[in-house]
This record gives sequence, C-alpha cells and structure tokens, in this order.
Amino acid sequence: MSEQQTRLNVFKTYKLYVGGKFPRSESGRVYEVSDSKGKWLANAPLSSRKDARDAVVAARKAFGGWAGATAYNRGQILYRVAEMLEGRRDQFVREVADAEGLSKSKAAVVVDAAIDRWVWYAGWTDKIAQVVGGANPVAGPYFNLSSPEPTGVVTVVAPQDSSFLGLVSVIAPVIATGNTAVVIASEKSPLPALSLGEVLATSDLPGGVVNILSGKAAEMGPHLAAHQDVNAIDLTGATEGDLARELEIAAADNLKRVLRPRSEDFNESPGTDRMTAFLETKTVWHPTGSLGASGSSY
Amino acid sequence: MASAFEYAPAPESRSVVDIAPSYGLFIDGEFVDAADGKVFKTVSPSSEEVLSEIAQAGSEDVDRAVKAARKAFEKWSALPGSERAKYLFRIARIIQERSRELAVLETLDNGKPIKETRDADLPLVAAHFFYYAGWADKLDHAGYGANPRPLGVAGQVIPWNFPLLMLAWKIAPALATGNTVVLKPAETTPLSALFFADICRQAGLPRGVVNILPGYGDTGAALVEHPDVNKVAFTGSTAVGKSIARSVAGTHKKVTLELGGKGANIVFDDAPIDQAVEGIVNGIFFNQGQVCCAGSRLLVQESVQDELLDSLKRRLNTLRLGDPLDKNTDIGAINSSEQLARITSLVERGEAEGAERWTASCEIPSAGYWFAPTLFTNVTQAHTVARDEIFGPVLSVLTFRTPDEAVAKANNSQYGLSAGIWTEKGSRILAVASKLRAGVVWANTFNKFDPTSPFGGYKESGFGREGGRHGLEAYLDV
Amino acid sequence: MPTTASAASAFADVTASDGALRRFLHGLPGVDAVGLEARAASLGTRSIKTTAKAYAIDLAISMIDLTTLEGADTPGKVRALAAKAVNPDPTDRTTPTTAAVCVYPDMVATAKAAVAGSGVKVASVATAFPAGRAALPVKLADTADAIAAGADEIDMVIDRGAFLAGHYLKVYEQIAAIKAECGDRARLKVIFETGELSTYDNIRRASWLGMMAGADFIKTSTGKVAVNATPANTLLMLEAVRDFRAQTGVQIGVKPAGGIRNTKEAIKFLVLVNETVGEDWLDNHWFRFGASSLLNDLLMQRQKLATGRYSGPDYVTVD
Repeated sequence: MSEQQTRLNVFKTYKLYVGGKFPRSESGRVYEVSDSKGKWLANAPLSSRKDARDAVVAARKAFGGWAGATAYNRGQILYRVAEMLEGRRDQFVREVADAEGLSKSKAAVVVDAAIDRWVWYAGWTDKIAQVVGGANPVAGPYFNLSSPEPTGVVTVVAPQDSSFLGLVSVIAPVIATGNTAVVIASEKSPLPALSLGEVLATSDLPGGVVNILSGKAAEMGPHLAAHQDVNAIDLTGATEGDLARELEIAAADNLKRVLRPRSEDFNESPGTDRMTAFLETKTVWHPTGSLGASGSSY
Repeated sequence: MASAFEYAPAPESRSVVDIAPSYGLFIDGEFVDAADGKVFKTVSPSSEEVLSEIAQAGSEDVDRAVKAARKAFEKWSALPGSERAKYLFRIARIIQERSRELAVLETLDNGKPIKETRDADLPLVAAHFFYYAGWADKLDHAGYGANPRPLGVAGQVIPWNFPLLMLAWKIAPALATGNTVVLKPAETTPLSALFFADICRQAGLPRGVVNILPGYGDTGAALVEHPDVNKVAFTGSTAVGKSIARSVAGTHKKVTLELGGKGANIVFDDAPIDQAVEGIVNGIFFNQGQVCCAGSRLLVQESVQDELLDSLKRRLNTLRLGDPLDKNTDIGAINSSEQLARITSLVERGEAEGAERWTASCEIPSAGYWFAPTLFTNVTQAHTVARDEIFGPVLSVLTFRTPDEAVAKANNSQYGLSAGIWTEKGSRILAVASKLRAGVVWANTFNKFDPTSPFGGYKESGFGREGGRHGLEAYLDV
Repeated sequence: MPTTASAASAFADVTASDGALRRFLHGLPGVDAVGLEARAASLGTRSIKTTAKAYAIDLAISMIDLTTLEGADTPGKVRALAAKAVNPDPTDRTTPTTAAVCVYPDMVATAKAAVAGSGVKVASVATAFPAGRAALPVKLADTADAIAAGADEIDMVIDRGAFLAGHYLKVYEQIAAIKAECGDRARLKVIFETGELSTYDNIRRASWLGMMAGADFIKTSTGKVAVNATPANTLLMLEAVRDFRAQTGVQIGVKPAGGIRNTKEAIKFLVLVNETVGEDWLDNHWFRFGASSLLNDLLMQRQKLATGRYSGPDYVTVD
C-alpha cells in the first residue's frame, strides 16, 4: 500500500533574522528546543553578544528610513504582515501548539488573535500622532505643536510563555510607531518567533526593522541593555530571577527608556501604552505674528 | 558700552522682601528643625552675603516628611477634583499677588537679573499653577482613560537655575492629579521654596500635602530611595539622573528625568539675521546660560559666519552685567563658586584645545561669582566645549555647509533637549525640525516656555514630559 | 566722511535697472515680526532714572521737529509754534531748543523769520505731502519752493503706490531727483509711510532704497495714517542705518514721526538708538522726533525733575 511508504519530511533549519537576512549564529552554537512534553523539535541558534551587536547595527541602519516612512506606508506593511501570516496560518498553529502545549483548536485561537493584532496596529500607525499629539495654545504669538516621534532602536525581551501572541503583542507596537527592534525571542519556545522572521521578510518590511534572536536573555540582555546605541528596552520577558532589575540598572548608562515587566494578559485588547512607551514628544514652536507692521502681533 | 547715555542705577527695592535669619524644614504644615539639628547657610551669589540659615534635612526628616505626605494622600486624593482645583487656583493667585516680593527673593538667592525673575520666572510660575489647577477636575478627559488614579507620594528634586519655576513644574501637576509631595530644593537656592511653603499655608492647603526639605545631594538621594515614595521627579544633571535611574531599578516607582543638554542653534544663510542674533543671545545668555535647554552650540552656515559673528559680538558688547537687582541688568551672577569653577575650567580646556576665545568687554564686580559673556570660534565637534554641557554664558560656534551637515552635527550629541532653526524658508524649517532629535525645537525663536507646552528631552537629556496635557502622565497611574 | 553721493555711486550696479534693484532689495535678510517686536519691547523695559532721565529729556527736546501740518495752519499758528521751538519753557531758560519746526512749504518763510538767529531749523514737507500722488515735476516744484523760501530740511514722501506695485526704480529715481534738487542747500528726509508699506520686509527694503538714493534721513511716517512710528519699525530702520554705515561708511539719520506723545515713549526710542546704533546717533543731527504734543510732556517731566513736584498742563504753554 502506497500509504505505508510515508515520505520523509524536510526539516527546517531555524535561523536568526537580522538585517533582513537569515544568518546562523555568529557563534556557530545551537540549543535544543523541545515541545511541552520534552520531545525534540529543532535546534535553534544560540545567539551570542556579537549577534546582538550585529542586530543593533542593522536596527540602527534601518531606523531612519522606517521612522521617515509615511505612517500610511507603515500601516500598509503591517497589514501585509497579517496577510502573509494568514497564508501560513496552519504552520503557526502547529508551531504554537508544539511550543505552548495547546490543542490545535486552542492554538488556532491564539494564532488568529496574533494575526488580528497586526491588523489592529496596522490601523494605528496613522492615528497615534493625532491621539497623543496636538496643538498647544501658548500665551503668545506662536504656533506650537507637539508630535510623537519614535524613540529609536528598542530591545525587546519577548514574553517567555506566550511565544507568539505575546511576541506579536510586543513587537507590533514598537514598529508601528517607527521604531526598529532587536527582539530576544522566548528562550524555551523560540520557533514561532524565528518563523515570524520569514513572514516579515516577505511582507515588504525593510530589512533591519525587526531583528529576531534566539538564545538566552540572561546572556544577550546585559549587552543590549548596556549598548550605547540602543534607546529603549522592553523587559516584558525578563522574568528570570533578578534579571529585570539588572537590565534596568545597565540601561541607565545611556538613560534608555525602560518598560518594566508586569502581569499582562495578551488576550485582552491592548491599549496605547505599549506604543507611547517608546515615543518621544517633540514640540516645535514658530512665531505667528501679525500680517504686517501696521499692528502689533501681541 | 561706553556711551553719552549712561543709565543711572535703577535698583529694585530690596525691602519688598523680608528674609528671616533662619528657616526650618516644612513638614506636615509646620516649620521644624532638622532631627539632627544640622543647618547650612544660603548666600547671595552677587555679593556673597549670607541671606539666611536653613535647616538641613537628613534621612530621618525625609522619613518624617514622606510619612506626612502618605498620611495626607488619603484625603487629598479623595477630594473632588474641583476642590483640589480651587486650592491650586488660590496658590496661583497668591503667587501673582506676591510676585514682586518673590522676584526680588529669587534674584537675591539665585543671582539672576530682576528683569528675568520679574518678566519670565514669576509670570510662568503663576501661569503653571493656573494651568494645572484647571486640569484637576478634568482628568477623565485627558486621554488617560476614565478616572485615572494618582500614584501616591511624589519625591521631587529640583535644581537651582529656576528655583521657583522648577518647583511649579513639579508641584502643580502632582497636586492637580491628587498626589502629595516631598520636594527638595537645591542647596544654593532654598528660599523661594520655603516662601512657597508659606503660600501653601496662606492658601489653606491641608497639612502634609506639600512638604519642603532643603538639603544637599544626600537628602535628595534619601528621598528618591525612600521605599514609600511612588513617584520620582528630578531635574538636574545627567550624572545624577543616571544614578537615580539605577537606584529605582526593580521598583515600581515611576520616574521622570529632565537633565542636561547641549542645544544646537542652527542659523541658515537666509535667516532673519537681526532676530537670529537676538535668538542666539537669548539662547545662551538667558539666566547666564545656566539653562538645560540653552542653545550652547551655534551652528552657522559657513557662508554667513563672518557677518553673523560681527553682529553677534557687537550685540554682546551691549549686554549689561552687574547688580542683579538693577532693572537694567542683562547678565547677573553665576549661582555658586562651584559652578563658576566648573565654567572656568571648561573654558580653560576650550582654550587649551585650541578653540579661539572671545569675551565681551564688561566690568566684573569685585564681590560675588561672575563670568563675562564668552564665545568660542574655530570649534569642531571634537572640542570639549562642543560636547560637554558648560551650564554658563559660553557659546561654542561651529560651521556647516549644507542642511544635511547641520542636522548631522546637531544630532551628534548624547543629549537631545532643545534645538533652534533660523531660516526664512518654511519647508526647510519643517524638514529640519522633523530630523532633529530634540524634545523642543524653536524655529525663528528660542527659549520660549509655556505651561501648555510639553518640555523634555530625547536621549540622555532624560525622559518624560513636563507641561501641557503630556505633563499629567508622569503623575497618573497609567 | 563718505557722503550720500559716494554711497549712491557705490550702488550703481544695483540701481542700474528695475530688475537689479528688485533682486537686491529682495535679497536683503528677512525680518521676523515677532522677534523684532519682542526685541523692541524688551528694550522698552529699560528703567531710565535720575541723571539718565534728565539727560534723556533734554536730548529728546533737542531732537524734536516741532510739527504743525494742518489745513488750518495760519501764520499766527506757525509763529506760535516757532516761538515754542525757540523757547520751549519760558520759566527755565536752560531748556534746549527743539531741532526744527516742521511746516508746509507755504509756511516756510513765516517759520524761517520766526526762528531767525535761534539755531532752530526749518523743515518743510514736500512732494505732494502726505499722499505723494503727483507728477514728478510737481514734486520738484514743491521742493524748490520750500527751499527757495528758506527750508533747511525737506521731508519728502515716497510714492507708496509705485513701491507696492514693485516699481522700485521709479521710487528710487524720484528720491534721487528730489535729492538733486536739495543739493547742498537742504538735508533730505525720506518718509516711507511705514503703516502703508505694511510689512517689516518692505520697511527694510524701503530703508535701503532710500539710503541708496541719497536720503540724509529716513523717516517712518507722515502722522496722517493709523499707524505711525512704533518702537519696532524704528528699531528696524535703526538696524538699516547701522548696516548701511558698516557697508558704505555713510551715516544716515532716523526720524520716527507720529504717535510719540509722552516722555516715557520718547525715552524708549532713545534707548533703541543707544543700544542699536550707539552714541554716534545720540545727536539731533542724526536722530529726530516728528512730534508736537510730546514737547509739553517732556517739559512737565523736566520740571518734575527740577522741582520734585509733579507739574500740570497749566505750567506749560499751549501753542
């Protein structure tokens, strides 16, 4: 019977996603990733501090173009991510089920929520400035406008447990507003994150806007937290021991914006605070004055 | 400037302010001695005269003040916003009533010209309280969700450059949102905060809502590190800001930091030149340059450098340095001998590194701490005077050739607080403003402040915004 | 010292054609209205007391072009004005005379006779004052009449219509023609009517246009429109004469006119002069006030300084 001659399937070599490319770890190291029952799933790259450094360089290089892109364009690209994910839904359902020990149906709910989260943030790109910025009625002949601007390069320590919905929930708000991200994926469940890199690469997202590293947060985190060319750090997934505090201390070296870990249910509708955490407010003044010299402008 | 038209002395009357020989800490509505009995003296930087002896808060006093603030928090935060608003409106009005007295006081303790305390500091202080008073009963509509809650006790540490204004920036939003505060003024300028304590009493503010603890850096550190403080707000140096950021790591304390700067003031060849000169002068010599958002780096397009520098030097020679109480004084005293030493040493370093120094011709008084308006030309990005915050009346002049180069040089700093743009071309203003990594960009103007306008930095100039709707966020649990 | 004539030749290229002149004037640095007014207001906060005030009051009196420019002017009115100019305060002979009296051309002879021997000059408006709407020959004749009658100074108005229509060369040529008519006989003040030019950019352009064409003085306004001299437009014109001297070596005077009614305002203008162009201009050869009611307020303030008592309108003369 032909059914008994099962085809040997092709394994995927999981790779990092840095600068729009898919390198192996510079260190050449990997670590074993298992499902919730301990069954081997794949070998994931064990990123080194040099991979982290390369990711920061890529993220910085991408920042100007991404921050300078129109909000409409960023929204189109984030929506494209949702489209691409929808097409690879089955793959992510399988990976999330393996990673988080969920049934296929429960994993499907998680993946659908993650896809919808991209849609939610895709719609935010050209609205957040209107919600958090605005004109300030100063007492003088001046036009005064405050607008949000992206902070810069953001290190994201992704949630350890919610390997995909949590991951998307922390990456999307960072890049929706024009930041670029260096993401440390869930240490024990990095595969959905590494696969997300493949989706991002085919979604018109410029290389370097999101960089995904797998490995140990405790190993890469201190280098990224102390890195002088990183502007902010999201400590959501830095839940191991005293790691969050140590990283916050290191982050003070160049006064990174720090989002501390907190209890968070990623199934709930997100507010705007994950976007505003990595936005600066710039206020521009300009004289208005009178139309001419025939009357005082005051 | 020698002229046939010499202005006779026009001193503001010192008698409008009555400074007591000694002041206590203000805790729980009372002036009290420090637990360990320590005191320090505050001097007038323009004469080195001792103005008063001030109780110096230690860690025991910090604990007492935080407890008082904690106790007051329960009732204060439960008050209807409309009632809190009325207290703040009262405070704003009393400040307006007493503004002449407070201006003289501030000038005596800080050394800045009466022209500035009278026309800038005090009007802005009153306006700030008036602005945030109005928010107290409208927080539901501020964009932070329904019924946003205060954080609790705010520990606030402020600098000496705008003592009462920085107090207003800290206390007004904190009280409007329902927090109570413990505030430490700078050791060289404690007086106006203590007079503010009296204003709180006149306004009938409940005990413990505002506590004032004069002291040095160790007092500030004890306040910031106190475990029952929920919110830390600091304005001051980047070095201290970093140590605060480290000390609150791993806690739930919300932090805002407003730190140093090295603002670039960019002058293009099509600038309105006479107004640009005024803007440059205002940018770096307002308050003797002791301003975090000072335009301390002049980036001038090389093609107009000579013309601009000629105008600038001519203008600097008209600045009037001297008695801060004289209504015609433009440049007052440096706040302390320590600050003067720092300015002097950085200027010496500038000269040693080969920058060309030019100093305005003016007579320096024999007593007090003074530094004549100074500029450095032939400065490059590699010079210390182009990178380090001097916090004094010293301008570094650099040149650029193209808008791209101007932006690249302006952004080439660990700071990102302020920047200026001078050009008559509208599209260039907008393009350059959008590329500058700075929290406040003044186009064809400089050093303008308003309570409705958020203020704060990018990068190592700190985080969080003070002023405007944005300024509420720092004091709300959102 | 270089002369206005040598300055005119220095700009021969600029004034060779309407196009060249337009390019030059539009290439002058722009003016930011808010910044200009803020600077003027800031200088207005100078506190001028005691000895400085006494100096400023006497200086201001000596700079006044005591003016009457009414349809109802009569020889009697003009003689009274001239008497006041020569002897502003009959109770105090140490009071300086005003710089000049300023009248219409047909009153020049009367005025000239009345100020004879006092050192007070006679200035005459001309060129179809105040509108300036007449043909050049008429303006030249108007000017020639005034000079023939003994005018020491001519206050001409520019053709604002031509200026606003962009016909700068026409304005230039008219000023140059009037200047030629004045020759060495009269100093020429050129009135821009700043309130009608409307923008500060225009005032800066007009200032340079006037100076290049040979003005000895540039003057804000006629006193006949809604907005006349202001601290801001005077500051701007002071900046123009400062820059013009830096470039050419030629010093030009400035005359704010209209709207300056009291001592406090006048002193603010002197502060503008002092801190913008300096003491070289603190002399009635280089700075004037076009005013009438200002004089009595200066005199009352002068009496206050001398006696310590506030004076009143009954202690100064009504003229």
